[in-house]
Amino acid sequence: MEMFDDKVTDIKPYIKGLFQDPILFSRLMNRIPVSLAIFDTNMRTVFLNRSLEALTGFSSEQVRAIPCKHILRTNMCGKKCPIHSMGADSEPVCVEGDIINRNREKIPVRVSVAPITDESGYLSGWLESFEDLRILRSRETEQAAAFSFGPLLGCSPKIETVFRMVSGIAQTDSSVLITGETGTGKDVLAEVIHQQSPRAQGPFVKVNCGALPESLLESELFGHRKGAFTGANENKPGRFKLAHNGSLFLTEVGDLPINLQIKLLSFLDDQVIYPLGSTKGTQVNVRIIAATHRNLKKMVEERSFREDLLFRLNVVQVHLPPLREREGDVDLLLEHFLRSYVERFKKDISGFSKETRRVLLDYNYPGNVRELKNIVEFAVNICPEGAIETAHLPGYLQDFMGKSVTEKSSEPLLINSDTSELKRLSEAQYSSWPEIEKQMILDALLKARGRRKKAAEILGWGRSTLWRKIKQYGLEETDF
Amino acid sequence: MAKILMPIDGEEIAPRFDLATEVWLGETDPEGELVKENILVLPQASAEDLCQLILNESVDVVICGGIENEYYEYLAWKRIKVYDSVIASYAQALKAFIDGRLETGAILYKYS
Repeated sequence: MEMFDDKVTDIKPYIKGLFQDPILFSRLMNRIPVSLAIFDTNMRTVFLNRSLEALTGFSSEQVRAIPCKHILRTNMCGKKCPIHSMGADSEPVCVEGDIINRNREKIPVRVSVAPITDESGYLSGWLESFEDLRILRSRETEQAAAFSFGPLLGCSPKIETVFRMVSGIAQTDSSVLITGETGTGKDVLAEVIHQQSPRAQGPFVKVNCGALPESLLESELFGHRKGAFTGANENKPGRFKLAHNGSLFLTEVGDLPINLQIKLLSFLDDQVIYPLGSTKGTQVNVRIIAATHRNLKKMVEERSFREDLLFRLNVVQVHLPPLREREGDVDLLLEHFLRSYVERFKKDISGFSKETRRVLLDYNYPGNVRELKNIVEFAVNICPEGAIETAHLPGYLQDFMGKSVTEKSSEPLLINSDTSELKRLSEAQYSSWPEIEKQMILDALLKARGRRKKAAEILGWGRSTLWRKIKQYGLEETDF
Repeated sequence: MAKILMPIDGEEIAPRFDLATEVWLGETDPEGELVKENILVLPQASAEDLCQLILNESVDVVICGGIENEYYEYLAWKRIKVYDSVIASYAQALKAFIDGRLETGAILYKYS
């Protein structure tokens, strides 16, 4: 029985060798739910699949051999067409634009172009895929109305300024430097910039510059040739090459060793990378997004960071404000994370009690959004049902409450009138974030009765993260 | 007698109305013979400016490629006949129009 009504065409190419019997090429292509087109080397139409026929309004038979610009009608057709700068050995290129279809609709699309080559590597034609971005764009509008930008939430004037900047930044191809304290959401913002950019269909590759020793980091970033050093048994592409046509996110760029800073600078100059052990450079098309919690200007003064690299990276700078400067956002974030964890852990929790909410709104969150998120996750885990009471908050917050109440009774006016006093109190108790984190680990281990897997769940971390942090803070000797 | 405008790209009708930087402007006499023709180079591609030019030149017929509905409806409201989604050289399109064969969505290209 013929289940699908494929059109009858003069030419019916078949694919042989995949299955026992040959299969009709058009039937296979029409089952793919992605809009696809094939053009010859003169950019004349060879084939449109059914999804692209629906998008453009043209039928494949009708437009055979017609130049692609009359069918696709993108705003890139002509001088901006990416194919002009591509060859048989080019990597696929992804660009964003719009088309006008036969229904007179202007549709935002993401186009991916790749060469089709024959067995000898000679160019036979081009394969183009089209992604309709209308749904994505309407979702973005809905999200914008709900005080958010992608996964970032906030309604304070400072964070709204960031949201406004980001949509513009994403559309450019300039290097971006994201600064901000730990836990402010630098990684999330980097991914949002990538997702909103014309490179969104390309890869987003993240490298933590502080996590690997210098010798490994160089090979990790730039790749190596077989035999470049002992143990280099095969060619390795490196993260730059893996991020081709996408974005490379260099987190903790302030920890990048000085000789790799020079290599990065050289890449930013000519977009060419030189793998270890190779004298031949490779051209890659990568957008750099860097992030750091360090003060790079100060590092330049101390000569631990190259000034010229700072200028190169600092083309567009986005500063994520700490949570204590985001007026009104704590409440919004508390509600958001509470809803999210209650749903995830399937708990019957109504909300925060009045006292708990007061404590959470008064606290100054040195660990920023990450700390707030962890506190809510901890509380949702601990609270059996009903409202979250202060007793369900992590131990170090209860200590903060005790301190706060004591100070309040002796100096009530100071506490109520000056939020910096609260900050001073918490800083007096814990001089740094690592101390707070150490206490959080101890609290979680206590609640989990020493079971590390459970403790990791309470903290919202992976087991390996908890293990690493236990080692880092020297807690592994402790007998739980 | 009709005044005709076609946004063009070289010898062809421009694939998009809003991105055309040249227009062919011509006039036919009551017998349908072409009596006047001219090519204008536009300072920039703009659908709004092109609509304004069409009105200023008192054009009766527009033959173009892809056009957004907003501009199509505007021109139709101004009583201008628009043949859109036409894929052809402007000479082919003009001949088809004079012969009374031109339709919206016409593909007059011949594969060679």
